[in-house]
Amino acid sequence: MRATFVASEVSSGLRRNLTMTLAVIITVAVSLGLFGASMLVRAQVTTMKDFWYDKVEVSIFLCSKGSDTPSCSGEAVTQAQRDQIKSDLESLRPLVQEIFYESKADAYARFQEQFKNSPIADNVSQGALPESFRVKLSDPTSYEVVASAFAGRPGIEQVNDQRQILDKFFRLLGGLQLIALLIALSMLVVTVLLIVNTMRVAAFSRRRETGIMRLVGASNFYIQLPFLLEAAFSAGVGAVLAIFGLIVTKAVVIDQILAPSFQFTSFVGWDAVFAIAPLMFVVGILLAGLSAFFTLRKYLRV
Amino acid sequence: MILFDRVSKIYASQNRPALDAVSLEIEKGEFIFLVGPSGSGKSTFLRLVLREERPTSGQVWVAGKELSKLSNWKIPGLRRQIGTVFQDFRLLPNKTVAENVAFALEVIGKPKSHIKRVVPEVLEVVGLEGKELRRPDELSGGEQQRVAIARAFVNRPMILIADEPTGNLDPGTSADIMKLLDRINQLGTTVVMSTHDSNIVDQMRRRVIELDGGHLVRDQSRGVYGYAQ
Ligand SMILES: Nc1ncnc2c1ncn2[C@@H]1O[C@H](COP(=O)(O)OP(=O)(O)OP(=O)(O)O)[C@@H](O)[C@H]1O
Ligand SMILES: [Mg+2]
Repeated sequence: MRATFVASEVSSGLRRNLTMTLAVIITVAVSLGLFGASMLVRAQVTTMKDFWYDKVEVSIFLCSKGSDTPSCSGEAVTQAQRDQIKSDLESLRPLVQEIFYESKADAYARFQEQFKNSPIADNVSQGALPESFRVKLSDPTSYEVVASAFAGRPGIEQVNDQRQILDKFFRLLGGLQLIALLIALSMLVVTVLLIVNTMRVAAFSRRRETGIMRLVGASNFYIQLPFLLEAAFSAGVGAVLAIFGLIVTKAVVIDQILAPSFQFTSFVGWDAVFAIAPLMFVVGILLAGLSAFFTLRKYLRV
Repeated sequence: MILFDRVSKIYASQNRPALDAVSLEIEKGEFIFLVGPSGSGKSTFLRLVLREERPTSGQVWVAGKELSKLSNWKIPGLRRQIGTVFQDFRLLPNKTVAENVAFALEVIGKPKSHIKRVVPEVLEVVGLEGKELRRPDELSGGEQQRVAIARAFVNRPMILIADEPTGNLDPGTSADIMKLLDRINQLGTTVVMSTHDSNIVDQMRRRVIELDGGHLVRDQSRGVYGYAQ
């Protein structure tokens, strides 16, 4: 194996077909970039789920005077009902992890605090907000257990799961991620087709060389190696560009733009980027290498 | 060295055989002329020796091996023992004379030091010393064919196959090329050459194998081109 000879064949092959080389590099960069982006969104969804599911609670709102829910029959919750609910919640341990009682006054204070700078704060009077039990579950997905035990009981106006609101949001993000992944996959298919075609053109334009190589007894491996290396090189450059794009996205778009504006949630860390980048590189090289290999098997036979 | 045992070849698109039950043996060191009208199967015969084609029936033996039993990855090894020369030279136009010859060694992974040593040697054998740095378009037809012969011979193959090597050359140049092939034969290489050139065959008086319509119609030692001339 003569490394310098192979290297010079590869570089002359790449230069001879410069427009094709550039086309392959750009397509690989774009498709891998989309692929990386969709993986990043996925990692982001996971991060947000971890972050939020840890904080969500089930709220059991108790009846106030004048509630028109049937289970309230227009009356405020009685002390007996309140105690019963509390002891029933206690009996659901360990699923129920923590129980906070929030009185009307507490609710009002929290509301005023949350909407301090907003005009709505002034429009809400002391008694308008219901009292509630806020329950934290050890397993947030078991919300149904709590809901079925308490919803519709006398003295309870409503049982509310914050997780359901979050789930809608996560389904939306999941959908976006799926769309990004589908676009990425179709771009990867385009990439494969382009590489197959590039290899065909390259094999055809060098049929004189490869014909001579066959006649003088060069091995298949030696005949195909320059083509394979060319494909791998273009794919490698494309992958590096895509990874660079991913790093810029993390450093600028996420850390500089999104994170300061959305401080209520956490964003994917560099560990996700470092996990995705090698995957992109490997996918790019394998895709190019395999599509080149199978094309050449067909066009450069012994 | 080469043995054909009732070899027939029918190309997929054809119904008439290109070779029909041809049996013959070529000994080490022989010089063979393969003659016959156009389409008689000469090139087919040579391609079968190179395992570029497989026989439809019968067996082809080269250097002690039956070619249909040769697995794909061993074909390059077979071809390294066979040099090939064609009517159209098949040189790489963007490489110099020396690079064209070196190419044949580079692609079979020979070390640089070996290439540096043997390329000037073989260029001297074919009489191209001083023209190492020319490109094919700066050479005459005869000189281009010498480059092709140098490339075929640089590995010192056991067999040299030449398919109408003088087909594109004038008689004087052809005679020079024949001298060169004769010299290579004297160095121990078996030469099998197809040709339409009666003068060459008549002058050299070597073994002549004649094909007609895929049949072996004559096998004559020290023969001439035409039969009943
Ligand atoms: N690849 C092929 N596919 C189909 N038929 C072929 C192929 N190669 C040759 N033939 C046919 O096989 C027959 C023998 O062809 P071949 O090339 O061996 O003749 P030849 O003796 O070399 O002729 P020439 O003197 O013109 O070079 C011809 O009828 C030709 O048309
Ligand atoms: Mg022919």
